[in-house]
Amino acid sequence: MSPDPKPMERLVAVEDVHTYYGKSHILHGVSLHVGSGEVVGLLGRNGVGKSTTLKTIMGLIHPTRGKVLFAGKPVTNLPAHKLARLGVGYVPEDRRIFRLLTVMENLRTGLDRHGMTEARKQELLDKAFAYFPVLAERRNQAGGTLSGGEQQMLAIARAMMLEPKIILLDEPTEGLMPRMVSQIRQIIDVLHRDGVAILLVEQNVPLTLEASQRIYIMEKGAVRHHCQASALRVDDPVIHQYLGV
Amino acid sequence: MTSVLGFFQAIPYEELLIQTVNGIVTGMILALIASGLTLIFGIMDVVNFAHGELFMFGAYMGVVVLAATGSFWLALLLASLIVALIGAALQITTLRPLLGRDPLTTILATFGISLVMQNYALWQFGPVARKIQEPFTGQFTLFHLQYPWYRVLIAALSAAIIGAFWLFLKYGTYGIWIRATTQDRVMAEAMGIPVLWVHTAVFAIGAGMAAASGVLFGPLVGVNHAMGLDWVLKAFIVVVVGGMGNLGGSIAASIFISLLEAYASIWVSPAQAVIVSFVVLILTLLFRPTGLFVPTPK
Repeated sequence: MSPDPKPMERLVAVEDVHTYYGKSHILHGVSLHVGSGEVVGLLGRNGVGKSTTLKTIMGLIHPTRGKVLFAGKPVTNLPAHKLARLGVGYVPEDRRIFRLLTVMENLRTGLDRHGMTEARKQELLDKAFAYFPVLAERRNQAGGTLSGGEQQMLAIARAMMLEPKIILLDEPTEGLMPRMVSQIRQIIDVLHRDGVAILLVEQNVPLTLEASQRIYIMEKGAVRHHCQASALRVDDPVIHQYLGV
Repeated sequence: MTSVLGFFQAIPYEELLIQTVNGIVTGMILALIASGLTLIFGIMDVVNFAHGELFMFGAYMGVVVLAATGSFWLALLLASLIVALIGAALQITTLRPLLGRDPLTTILATFGISLVMQNYALWQFGPVARKIQEPFTGQFTLFHLQYPWYRVLIAALSAAIIGAFWLFLKYGTYGIWIRATTQDRVMAEAMGIPVLWVHTAVFAIGAGMAAASGVLFGPLVGVNHAMGLDWVLKAFIVVVVGGMGNLGGSIAASIFISLLEAYASIWVSPAQAVIVSFVVLILTLLFRPTGLFVPTPK
């Protein structure tokens, strides 16, 4: 069976993207896609360009060659804030909480946008607080005073405020306690049930295989392997070859 | 013992009180100039050497609008708005293209703008100082002095403008955008905040605040093309002493330094009293370069 969803259902498509940081060539023609409501895992060793791929999709870095499409339309050179408004949520690797802003103010950065009614804002907040009750307790606390796990929850909740069609999740479980990891795992399922697509970059292979429908494996700035998640096991030779576990 | 007693008896308490009032008045004006300067630095790492000229332009706009309408308050409002717009235009045309470049380029650019603005003012308005008539001339008795109410009003209005701005930063949607952008430009952008426009807006707000202080201070001194120089120098000292980019610190430092200068002028001439602010600057840079009013990093 081909692992591809029907082309018209592609929410995000990256086509032969080349990205540079200054003079260093980071992405060497990456192509991948994520269907509407689909959870896709992006695996690979450190430094193979996974985070750069997410930043390129988000418009934080613009590729020198290749295309990024969102819902079939080219968005390659759009600035990040326009992509956020189109419905791309970004949860970066280092979480990047606004440390001096309170939890509530962090959420308001995504909530206070054109065309939002008070009722709709409240609905989104209630939803986020239902998923992450600890954030409701700490709503008036500065973001920088939260624990690592709480900051991760805030980063995800903050992205949810944009009512995204897709969330780019960069190593959400890195450095978290096992209890927090399983909570993040649950929230991925909840988002998936809500119809939000996720492009998940992770080092945690078992979690990624469990949570995703499809997997891409990257090496040296390009996608080397692509398959259904169900077709891979943690001890698969492919995993050994590219991830060297 | 008698000498200690003698020292305390020799302090001119009346003078001390008068200078406290003076120090607070100048401090509030300075705070109004410096808050724009520190905010612009905090959000885009731009050291704005044209800030004094925006202050000067504000004063001249005040002169022009006052002559046309006869209303001081309208002059205050319109001058601030016009200079805010000029500020926005300057930011878009000269600073936006330099985003992400070496800070030296923005220093040169803003320094260039300041020269152009000064010479434009000289060409347009001539070298003779203009006067802004204060909106009222009432006085009250402060010991042996007749103290103008207008000076008290300056302090109160500056405090009100800074207070309103603080509330806007704290609770307003755009205030949150500004604070988010100051902390993390990239993440703010990824949350849908149009960072480039936030930069422009902050520059415009800073310019408008400088212009407001120019109009408010106009009646106390003559308005001329070089009036920005003294103030911007002092504002820079305040911004460094208060901690670059730290709004509360700049306000505290404005009042602190102005009070010190005012007290020093009891014993030495006002021109010599200026030395105090430089001494504070040097001591700050030597012993606490992050700023006096910044909490010690943990």
